[in-house]
Amino acid sequence: MPTKKKSAMWDAAAIKEELLKKYPPKVARKRAKQIVVNEDNQEIMANVRTIPGIITMRGCTYAGCKGVILGPTRDIVNITHGPIGCGFYSWLTRRNQTETTEENPDNYMPYCFSTDMQDKDIIFGGEKKLEAAIREAHAIFNPKAIAIFATCPVGLIGDDIHAVAARLKAELGCNIFAFSCEGYKGVSQSAGHHIANNQIFKHVVGENDEVKPGEYKINMLGEYNIGGDAFELDRIFKKCGITCLATFSGNSTYDQFASSHTADLNCVMCHRSINYVADMLETKFGIPWIKVNFIGAEATAKSLRRIAAYFGDKKLIDRVEEVIAEEMPAVKAAQEEVLPKTTGKTAMLFVGGSRAHHYQELFAEMGMRTLAAGYEFAHRDDYEGRQVIPDLKVDADSRNIEELEIEKDEARYKARITDVERAKLEAAGVPFKDYKGMMPEMDKQSLVIDDLNQYEADKLVEILKPDVFCAGIKEKYSIQKLGVPMKQLHSYDYGGPYAGFKGAINFYHEIERLVTSKVWGYMKAPWQKNPELSATYVWE
Amino acid sequence: MLLRHTPKEIKERSALVINPAKTCQPIGAMYAALGIHGCMPHSHGSQGCCAYHRSTLTRHYKEPVPGTTSSFTEGASVFGGQANLLQAIDNIFTVYEPEVVAVHTTCLSETIGDDLPQIRDKAFKEGKVPAGKEIIYASTPSYVGSHITGFSNMVKGMVSCLCEATGKKNGKVNVLPGWVEPSDMTEIKRIAAMIGVDITMFPDTSGVLNGPLTGKHRTFAEGGTKIADIRKAGDAIGTLALGEWASADGARTLDSQCKVPCRILDLPIGLSATDRFVDALRIVGGTSVPAELELERGQLVDVISDMHQYFYGKKVALVGDPDQLISLTEFLVNLDMQPVYVVTGTPGKRFERRIKELTADAGFEVKVKAAGDMFLLHQWIKNGPVDLIIGNTYCKYIARDEDIPLVRHGFPILDRVGHQYFPTTGYTGAIRLLEKMLDAFLDRKDRDTPEKHFELVY
Repeated sequence: MPTKKKSAMWDAAAIKEELLKKYPPKVARKRAKQIVVNEDNQEIMANVRTIPGIITMRGCTYAGCKGVILGPTRDIVNITHGPIGCGFYSWLTRRNQTETTEENPDNYMPYCFSTDMQDKDIIFGGEKKLEAAIREAHAIFNPKAIAIFATCPVGLIGDDIHAVAARLKAELGCNIFAFSCEGYKGVSQSAGHHIANNQIFKHVVGENDEVKPGEYKINMLGEYNIGGDAFELDRIFKKCGITCLATFSGNSTYDQFASSHTADLNCVMCHRSINYVADMLETKFGIPWIKVNFIGAEATAKSLRRIAAYFGDKKLIDRVEEVIAEEMPAVKAAQEEVLPKTTGKTAMLFVGGSRAHHYQELFAEMGMRTLAAGYEFAHRDDYEGRQVIPDLKVDADSRNIEELEIEKDEARYKARITDVERAKLEAAGVPFKDYKGMMPEMDKQSLVIDDLNQYEADKLVEILKPDVFCAGIKEKYSIQKLGVPMKQLHSYDYGGPYAGFKGAINFYHEIERLVTSKVWGYMKAPWQKNPELSATYVWE
Repeated sequence: MLLRHTPKEIKERSALVINPAKTCQPIGAMYAALGIHGCMPHSHGSQGCCAYHRSTLTRHYKEPVPGTTSSFTEGASVFGGQANLLQAIDNIFTVYEPEVVAVHTTCLSETIGDDLPQIRDKAFKEGKVPAGKEIIYASTPSYVGSHITGFSNMVKGMVSCLCEATGKKNGKVNVLPGWVEPSDMTEIKRIAAMIGVDITMFPDTSGVLNGPLTGKHRTFAEGGTKIADIRKAGDAIGTLALGEWASADGARTLDSQCKVPCRILDLPIGLSATDRFVDALRIVGGTSVPAELELERGQLVDVISDMHQYFYGKKVALVGDPDQLISLTEFLVNLDMQPVYVVTGTPGKRFERRIKELTADAGFEVKVKAAGDMFLLHQWIKNGPVDLIIGNTYCKYIARDEDIPLVRHGFPILDRVGHQYFPTTGYTGAIRLLEKMLDAFLDRKDRDTPEKHFELVY
């Protein structure tokens, strides 16, 4: 492999200038606030409109709602109300794995349900067709719940999907609820996460008060079981004796959501997509929440210790230590194997609303440096930390995303810990409702870029030549054409799991494969390396 | 079981589509636009549309797919998307420097009634389009037709926005290839060159969506039909439109706009459809079919005769797009196979009639459905099994549940490569189809045959 230390020639501010150079002045002014050189207390502009005409990584509110949040729940019939495309594109494309059980064999995830609206439905309204579609779904499948997802034209023509849902819920005796997740709402998928979570909270959470067996009951919030991540976490929790009642929403079921309010601790993985649900669960039911991260072996160990410290039971604390001690040797062995090949290499991560932060842990465990990172749809608090939340401005795009007014459920609220206990735990290193964001953990002078686009990605790769670039499917092949391996962190390139201890080992080996692959050496043919003919064969 | 909730009993559905066999217009418009050299496809709608289309095309081709969006917000949806589109046009020409921007609409911009010709005029008047650059457009409402309709509409948009008749014929023949793979587009050009016919083919995604890895990336690949060549299509002596569903509208528009007569042919997939294409090329070009091409035809017939026993009488379920299915059905009948179920998601009773005609004398019952879905196809299979499924990647769920071999063909293919590089059109393409079907049948036979009957030679 040729050495590439071109990056030494550039400083971060010069790179920023280079990225902005070609833009029209208005675009350059906006992007200048979204591209920052990391320093203490640096402010970044985030969660703002995408610039029309700039090749963006972002998707829409429908994708965030139907695809991301409700996608991994297996026993709800999800009907897309709209023309066929939205349902089609969100059909099995998010790699949510699921495992059914004997008691609950329902799994509608391999199915795509759509009202396939036609021009006459647009003109005369689509409510009748939606109603008929729900009746047909109920008659054929008889599911325990049906969810309806609005696409762009539904909001424009004014179909009242919530009224249809309420009417048929009463008539059919099956929980039916709807999501006003039209694609034009908000500025990214993030608005869709919010709409999805709000409705699940309103219509499902708390529907089942049955107390499930088990000790140390937690919920995992913001874990979507890409590539089997949730299976690895389940394995670890079982081994530790921790009971995970519900995952929002990897490998989840309707009933998990319905009884999630009986847990004693909420663990937030993806802060962006779900921190507000954790807040609502605390306000309504008294369940405290902590931020966890199971991406990276050290991070996994730290998160397990936090959970154990919260419950404060010696049996659990000891068991967690035993499990960490059992799991770590294999992790360390894998690390030692890959470190000679990965140490000193560099990475860039532009993905999602938390992964670009979490995966930096794994790269650090491999001795790799993150040169630049950013989110696709995160907000300022995901970059700078939760302390900025009171300062966040409500703009025209965020104003129309519903904020639920949550009150204490007098009958079911139960404070899990006293204020004294909470203060004690915080002093002992279990911070509640706390997330410091990505930027404080990144090197000074590294680049932090919100809503990176293809033009900037290509430029960054050309200038800094990272050893691996992480983003999504749309970015994958333009980066690889430049001769730099690209790792998808939405779909994991069909590999994984990468969470937990075994996931860390998988990721080490995957990155080892990418940074040592011979393929990047084949881009030039032998004759292109020596274009001048210096000798001819002598034929005998 | 993956599709464990699919019952054998078929209930009439009037509203609910389950497991669609089509998607929406804009992705077809985007695919067609990628077949113009230096073209930026632009989606006038919410940004999710563009993201979904680019993702699907990227998964299908394993290639970068450029595409921009008007990124509608709630405000734009209420007040109209003109400001967004004008801003987008300015940004696209400044940042990416394409030759042309191909704008297509979405259900959102169609529902609010944005007027693309007017916005295009305004962009030119305001100087947002650099000299010599172009904007073309197509109306592609997602709630009409399917992805095939969108492809057809963008081809029509190329004609109506670009083609001019100078009054002097240039002796060339236009070929509208229909929605086929980049590899098929290369094959169609190769066949025309062999016969000695000077063609202009548009769109042409070869060299765009099957590019090399060289360490360089440009937003716009080497391939694609040049704008100048599409303009001159108005001076051609005639147009061969391949595929009624994807190409006929464009060809007829060119006829009425520039007086270029057209002939609508089936996609040249399989023996008979390729024969008709070759014969038509020979006639319009006034040339003769060269021996090399006759050799390829002869080789195809040879393989059919060599392996006929493995094809004869086999029942096949087909699902996909109308033009492909028409030619595939005819080819399977050529092979003495039985295409017993034929389903497309694209609406149109004409399709059902055409399939019935092609199978009228074949001596077996054919169930055919336009505006159908894969759920129905699966139920048909549960009620009467088949030996083979031909369709896109989604069919693998049915294939695995019912333990039936699958040959992937059509759009999208998300889990295999090959379609980008190896055509199924032309005579050698037909041999590739035979090879794929034989591999499917004989791998199955080698897996399932009891040891005492296991054999070396087939």
